[in-house]
Order: sequence, then C-alpha cells, then structure tokens
Amino acid sequence: MSAVTVRSAARTSARPVVGRALAFLIALALAFAVLLPVLIIAVTAFKPPAEINAFPPGLVPTSWTLGNFTRIFTDLPFARLLGNSFLFAGGVTACALVFDSLAAYALARLDFRGRGLLLVVIVSSLMIPFQATLIPVYQLVAHLGWVNTFQGMIAPRAADAFGIFLLRQFFVSLPRDLDNAARIDGASEFRVFWSIVLPNVKPALLTLGIFTFVNNWNDLLWPLIFTTDPEMGTITSGLTLLTGPSGILPYGTMMAGSLIAVLPLGLLFLALQGRFIESVATTGLKG
Amino acid sequence: MSATAQTRRTYRAPGQLGGRPRGRGGPRPARLALAFLLPALLILAAFVFWPVISALRLSFTDSSGFGAEHFVGLANYVEIFTTPRILRTLGVTTMYAAMFTPLTIAAALALALLLNRRTLWGRGFFRTAFFLPFIISMAVAAFAWEFLLDPQIGLLNYWLQSIGIHLGNVLQDPNLALPTVVLVAVWKSFGFYMVIFIAGLQDIPGELYEAATIDGANAWQRFTNVTLPQLSTTLAFVAIFALIAAFQAFDQIYVLTGGGPYRSTQTVVMEIYQEGFKKLDIGLASALSYVLLVITLVLSLIQFRFFNRREEAIAG
Repeated sequence: MSAVTVRSAARTSARPVVGRALAFLIALALAFAVLLPVLIIAVTAFKPPAEINAFPPGLVPTSWTLGNFTRIFTDLPFARLLGNSFLFAGGVTACALVFDSLAAYALARLDFRGRGLLLVVIVSSLMIPFQATLIPVYQLVAHLGWVNTFQGMIAPRAADAFGIFLLRQFFVSLPRDLDNAARIDGASEFRVFWSIVLPNVKPALLTLGIFTFVNNWNDLLWPLIFTTDPEMGTITSGLTLLTGPSGILPYGTMMAGSLIAVLPLGLLFLALQGRFIESVATTGLKG
Repeated sequence: MSATAQTRRTYRAPGQLGGRPRGRGGPRPARLALAFLLPALLILAAFVFWPVISALRLSFTDSSGFGAEHFVGLANYVEIFTTPRILRTLGVTTMYAAMFTPLTIAAALALALLLNRRTLWGRGFFRTAFFLPFIISMAVAAFAWEFLLDPQIGLLNYWLQSIGIHLGNVLQDPNLALPTVVLVAVWKSFGFYMVIFIAGLQDIPGELYEAATIDGANAWQRFTNVTLPQLSTTLAFVAIFALIAAFQAFDQIYVLTGGGPYRSTQTVVMEIYQEGFKKLDIGLASALSYVLLVITLVLSLIQFRFFNRREEAIAG
C-alpha cells in the first residue's frame, strides 16, 4: 500500500521533469539546427582562407584572422555601401513615418467628404505587390533623372498604404476628448497632431519604424534595379557581386561582409527582443 | 515664418476658439485634411496607382523602353500562355509555393506549440533563437546555405555524407535546386509565422483544454479537437500570406542559381526581372507582371474574407 503510494508519487513528480527535460533537449537540438547558418557566418568570417577551403571542413577555427574584413573593404566599396544602406533604409523609414502618420491622422480624426472611399482605395492598394509595378516605377524614376540617386531609391517608398492603414487603426482607438481639450485651448490642428496624438502612439510608430527599416535594409530587388553604379548600391545588393556561377567562391569575404550586414539589425533585435517580435506579430496580423 | 504664426495666434477670432465647425465637411476641414494627406497621396499616386495603370497599358504594347512602341493587343498574354519556356515559370512558381507553404506552416506551428509550453526552460532564449533568421536578409541567408551545401567544402554536405547521404552539387542539380531555394526561404521566414501562431495559441481559452482533459482526451486528441479548430482562421490567414510571399520569390534564387540549372528555378519574378531589365522586352514583362498582380489579388481577396470573419468573430 505504502510502496504503491510512494511509487505513484515518485512517478507524478518525475514525469513532468522528464517531459520538461525532453522538451528542452528537443528545443536545444532544433535551436542548434536553426542557428547553424548564423554560426557558420560568424565563425567563417574569422577563418583564414586555407582553413575555409580545407577538407574535411570543421566548425571551430583553429586560427583566427581579420583578413577577411580588410579584404571586403578592398574588394568592394564597402564603407560606401554601408553608408548607402543606412541612408536608404533610414531615409525611407523617416519619410514613411512622417507622411504615413500625417495621412493616417486625417483619415482617422478629421471629417471630410470622401474619407471612407479614400480609405478603401488606400487599403485596396495593399494588394498590389511592388514586383508587379517595378517597370513603370523604374521608368518614372529614370524619366525624373533619379537613377543612381538617393531620392530615386527613397521617393517611391516614402509613403506606403500599409503604414497609413496600421497607424490609422491606432489613431482611431485614441479617445476624442484628448484632442478636443487642446482645440478648445486654441491649438492648431498640426499642434494637436504633433504634440497630443503622436506621443500617444509611440509604440505604433516604433513598430512601423522597425518593420520599414528591416524590410528596406534587407531588400535586394529594389537596389538591384534602381542603381546601376556599384558605388550607389546597398550592402545587400553589393554583397551579391561577390558570388558568381564560376569557380571557387570567396567564402571568407562573403561571410565577413554578411556578418557586417547582419550586425545592425542583430543588435537592434537583441536590444529590443520582445518589442521587436511583438512588432512583427502586429504588422503580420494587420498586413 | 514664426512672425505669421504669432500674428495668427493673436488675431484668432474669439468665436473660433473651440467652435470649429464639425461634421458637414465645409471647405475648411476639407482643405485641412488635404494638407495632411497631400504628401502621402502624391507618392501613392505617382509610385503605386499610376504604375498599375501604366503597366496595364505597356502589357498591350511591344515596348522595349526605347523608340516607338506599338499596340499589339493580347499578343504578350498569348505568348506567356503558349510559350512553354515562359509558361514553365508559372509552373515553377506554383511548385515553389506548393513546397514553401506547407513546410513553413508545419515548422512554424510545431515550434509555436513547443514554445507555448509554459514549463519549457529557456523559453525566451528559444523564441529569440528561432526568430533570428527572420531579420537576416534573404541574400545573406543564401550565402550561408551556399557555403553549408558546397559540394567540396560544405559542412552540412560533409556531415550528411558521413551518414551516407550524398547530395552532390544541389544547386546544379535540376531536381534538387528548387527544393534547396525553398529550404532557404523556409529557414528564413518560419520564425515570422511562428510568432503569429504563438499569438493565436495564446488566445485559445485554457478551459477548453481542461474540459478536454477531463473528458479523457490525450495530447494528440487535444491538438486535433481543440488546437486546430481554434486556430483555423489563423491557419488560413497564414497560409494565404505564405502563398502570396511564395509567388514573389526572387532574392535567394538570384543569388544561388540565377534561375538555373535549365531554368528549373526560374520563378515569375525572376522572369519579370530578366525580360524587363535585361532583355528589355517591356511589353512581355508587363504582361507577366499583370499575371502576378491578378494571382496576388485573388489570394488577397480570399485573405480579406478570412480577416473580416475573424474580426467579426472577435467582435461578436
């Protein structure tokens, strides 16, 4: 009797621990598999070429070098590309935040004729993939003489329907009393927008900012088309110049460049973690 | 500038204070709204709405970007659907989507279920780890996989060989190149869908599981009878989202295979890029753009229906 009780008690307490350990080990194995490509970038960037091309291949370097990093700056105009990426992704993000929030404010909190229709038109344009309009957009940018310029890369993305829609949803949910009080005090509409409404939607702005910056930093097709001068490319489009169909690939430089390309977003992600992931969940669900 | 603002503030008529006309939409509110809307509307008009119309017009011409262009009717569309070489890009893209969507959903859902266990040690770390590939560009992801799968010095290839799996040069293999570029996309994007699934799982009321457990349901039965039905709208939403993404596949294919070998990875967007920006057959590329637009439109409309239904379900 007592032996049975002890055994069942032991089983009930042991079982969750075994289950937890098992789940943990599975998660650990999966995490290793998922992180292997990231690991290989980080490790190979510091490996000398002889070791990268050795057989059998290994994961952990036996000797470390910074040679790949110096080579990426001589093989490509890498500092320039890095700066271009910051200007392009940062410029698009700054413009989109300003223009989207202005438009979203009008659609959410100003009364004017045709507001409903305008919202429907803007939301409908969410269904148009940018890949489908690339050619006319390129022709327009070329017509303006903006190929290989920052305005040519930034202007077509300086406002977007998704951002307007996302911010409108946040603006609509704010109580009206908030800005009416300010209006009674004689504040202009722009002041109400700028100092009353905007500070209340900071999380939404951060969400849209992260989403826009990440998308543009990582984009390949856009910089590939809108820049023909290698000096005007972004880090993402520039790196693709290293790879080709022929011969042995310069994996060391490729991985060093990749590591630098990933670093800004990686640091942002690690600093924000929860907020970053929440942002993606929000934008994903709304998009 | 600041002086005018000052005067305006000083001379504001007392009747205007707090008494701004609302509702009817007189000239002042409309003009005010326009001022707020103008920058965004100009950009959307120039770079979204006009291009949609322009692409449609170009799709009926033999434009090459230079010189005269002629109206050719439906010739470009006929060429797409009668030339096996071009028609195949639609087939390749469909195959890509048919592999990418279920694989991504399966991986995302499995990991979401694992991470949804409240008792899992290091949950925060694992969530970060599984999400990390999503912030890496597809081009960089392609580099990493290219190295791992290198036929001579690839680590993954070497490990697989040591357990008897000889993949050879996957990127030069007409049968394996497409699955490989799909794999890179699944690896990069499952974390995004996983996060959406986790949000969906957390919305399922705990009582449902308790009730099922009391009724004697085992873990698998709880999954099929509680989790899946409760998650059905999220699943449908995610599936269409993934399908739309799949039909736009380009980046990793451009880096890894360039559409080869033997055009076995030549997707619709790869073809638009090559016809429109390399061969300068603007007419054909525009027609293909419209085919892509229509596919996306149909998928989006289905998605909107699901989205509205879910909103109604939440509201009701």
